[in-house]
Amino acid sequence: MKTKLLTATALAMVVIAAPVLAQTPKKGGILNFATVAEPPTFDCHATTTFATIHPVAPSYNGLLKFRGDVNKKLEPVGDLAKSWEMSADGLTWTFKLHDNVKFHDGSAMTSADIKASYERIKTPPQGIVSARAALHQDIASIETPNATTVVFKMSAPNASMINNFASPFNCIYSAKKLAENPRYPDTEVMGTGAFKMGEHVKGQSYEGKRFDGYFEQGKPYLDGYKVFMVKSNAVVPGIQGGQFDAEFRGRSPKERDQLVAAMKDKVTVMEGPWTTNLLLAFNTQKKPFDDVRVRRALTMAIDRWGGSEPLAKISMLKFVGGFMRPGSAYALPKEELEKLPGFGKDIAKQREEAKRLLKEAGVENLKINFVNRNLAEPYTPMGIYVVDQWKRIGVEADHKQLETKLYFDAQAKRDFDVTIEFIAEFVDDPSIQLQKLLSSEKSKSALPGHSDKVIDELFEKQARTVDPAARIKIVQELDKRVTDQAYAAMLFWWQRIIVNNAKVKGWELHAAHFTGQDLSNVWLDQ
Amino acid sequence: MLSYILRRVLLVIPTLIGVAVAVFFLIRVMPGDVVVVKLRADGANVTQETIDAERKRLGLDKPLYAQFADYMVGLARLDLGKSLWTGADVSKEIAIRFPVSFQVAIMATLIALLIAIPLGTLSAIYRDTWIDYVVRILAVAGLAVPSFWLGMLMILGLLSMFNWLPKIGYVSIFEDPVRNLTTLIWPALSVGYRYAAVATRMMRSALLEVLREDYIRTARAKGVFQKLITRRHALRNALLPVITVIGLEFAFLIGGLVVTEQVFNLNGIGKLFVDATTRGDFNLIQGLVLLIAVIFIVVNLIVDILYAVLDPRIRLK
Repeated sequence: MKTKLLTATALAMVVIAAPVLAQTPKKGGILNFATVAEPPTFDCHATTTFATIHPVAPSYNGLLKFRGDVNKKLEPVGDLAKSWEMSADGLTWTFKLHDNVKFHDGSAMTSADIKASYERIKTPPQGIVSARAALHQDIASIETPNATTVVFKMSAPNASMINNFASPFNCIYSAKKLAENPRYPDTEVMGTGAFKMGEHVKGQSYEGKRFDGYFEQGKPYLDGYKVFMVKSNAVVPGIQGGQFDAEFRGRSPKERDQLVAAMKDKVTVMEGPWTTNLLLAFNTQKKPFDDVRVRRALTMAIDRWGGSEPLAKISMLKFVGGFMRPGSAYALPKEELEKLPGFGKDIAKQREEAKRLLKEAGVENLKINFVNRNLAEPYTPMGIYVVDQWKRIGVEADHKQLETKLYFDAQAKRDFDVTIEFIAEFVDDPSIQLQKLLSSEKSKSALPGHSDKVIDELFEKQARTVDPAARIKIVQELDKRVTDQAYAAMLFWWQRIIVNNAKVKGWELHAAHFTGQDLSNVWLDQ
Repeated sequence: MLSYILRRVLLVIPTLIGVAVAVFFLIRVMPGDVVVVKLRADGANVTQETIDAERKRLGLDKPLYAQFADYMVGLARLDLGKSLWTGADVSKEIAIRFPVSFQVAIMATLIALLIAIPLGTLSAIYRDTWIDYVVRILAVAGLAVPSFWLGMLMILGLLSMFNWLPKIGYVSIFEDPVRNLTTLIWPALSVGYRYAAVATRMMRSALLEVLREDYIRTARAKGVFQKLITRRHALRNALLPVITVIGLEFAFLIGGLVVTEQVFNLNGIGKLFVDATTRGDFNLIQGLVLLIAVIFIVVNLIVDILYAVLDPRIRLK
């Protein structure tokens, strides 16, 4: 059975690899895909969820966007901007815009729309929420010398700005419409993207229709798309039963195997790393977790290298790394990672050291109030694995798997000794990803509740270092510091598995489930 | 009768006010914050300032008494407020889902009636024969098998036999009857079977009870045909408890198809209820509880009226 599955998997993967390069895109057809959550809003600026991005991203453009393959480096490329440059001091960004871009209402897109959209992100008007306002506070002013030029003046160099300019959440809205109604993006999707908003049935479906005035010649290929909002366990039967052709967030290995076994070469499987992880956050404001020896002991008990392979077979968990994704430019080299607490290859030796540290700290019969989220994928397997690993050094855990609302509530009330925390972002960028590791004075959302000036200074320094090589060094120092002090302990990075109907072509797998969703290159081989 | 109905309708108002007040305070005992779930559930780092701004936008920063006053004033104007998740009117959110659950409930009720009345009658008339045993086995199986599990079996069966599943999405029966029925027949069957099992058991026991009554014995002694006795004298009386069960089950189905709706990807009231609860969308929960209270009140009223129609001895005063 296992061999059959593997053969079928291989077959399915071979089927995609060859023809994608050779085939010419065909025009027409409706792409039906599932999303496993309902968007709380259509306003990209106000949200942090893929549930909004997947339906509406095809209707919008940003200044830049990410392109590439997950196995190569994902690079920001021009979207509405045809060229751009950053000044040597990092204080000025100048964008030249395409001059043939139209909004879905037929009006021309100009630099005024970029200015209005970024001002809304940075300083939202009364009654508007901008979820990522904090990341844009270095923008001092936005100038529009002419209709196709935008100049961002920064109050300080910001090494993440290139990624913020390519953020899928920084949709460009119509300045004219915003002036009429600043809340219009909440319910109306009206941008410059390849698809116009069609029918939306709350809780059920959302449609996009081809925008004939799209500025990229010959695109999009699809006549439209329809998104079905379903529960996660409906995705596999839905793809198999022809209800939809794709789901772009990610499936578990078991679901992949089910689909491949049932549909064989009628599905394509794409796999790669994911900019999402699970980590442990220790409540450093509570004894004995204020003692670095105890925290180190608890992370050293966990066999990451040995756990990676078996966990990857049953869950989305797979990759071992520090706080920056393994494979990303910022990742700690393996040899340096292995020197850090919890990442040594000799697990027996690590556990001996863990026991010694607990003894030295005077901690015996430790029982941990361990708060986890009650999502089967991949929180449950992760929690069970951690509990098992702690047992091996004589530590017991009361593993509480709480519904999402209660999980956040327990964290907010600091009703935990150790909790599973997670970071999921649209890009490998330390300024965007590592805020949950800062001191409590710097970040109220940081769960460990520690105070460490070294970390805060390293974070600030990397954020201001625009030289990529120099920034990488600082980030790796920061990663080592957090891991060594074990305020938080990285567990595993996720694997992204996408299983789509084989007729879906032109979609590229990114390491983030937020990017690569404009669908302008997607076509149906039917 | 008319004044009775009018009185019952007027009683709805204090009942609903009581429900509204109770639900407002009870759901706020639940821990959790809809804003945190909305902004942090996908792993992004969102500042406390942003969380506070969203709370303010939704009016959650106001003291509880002010929120309660807003809610009650809204109710007086038949305004159920806005969903804390989508920002849309609660009444609109419910209106989108109601036809789905309502139609499934109606179809399941019809299925249950079509199965339960003949089978329950046969089972009672042919008591302790093989017919009775078969009906009882089917009824007990229906009670034992959860509807959602039967639904899952149906889905697996459709997939393994035809590699096909009905299209997702509700289309009105007036717009496209074939698509509407191919989508909704499966959940209606899975729910209707259990519903039928309950009603069959009730029909059987009620009919057995009635068939032992003196007036039935008298009719038999007078030489009236058994068929006539059953149809004209026994069945009408035996239907009374069945109607109560049917009515209560129907009301339950409107908001109670929680798992079944998820199994069949139905955008109904049950799924909405679960989503609202897991997100902590207080306004939506309040609206849904009120809706279900209204449905139960209305169904009970209809059951009472039907009692009077079926049994002339019952007069509504």
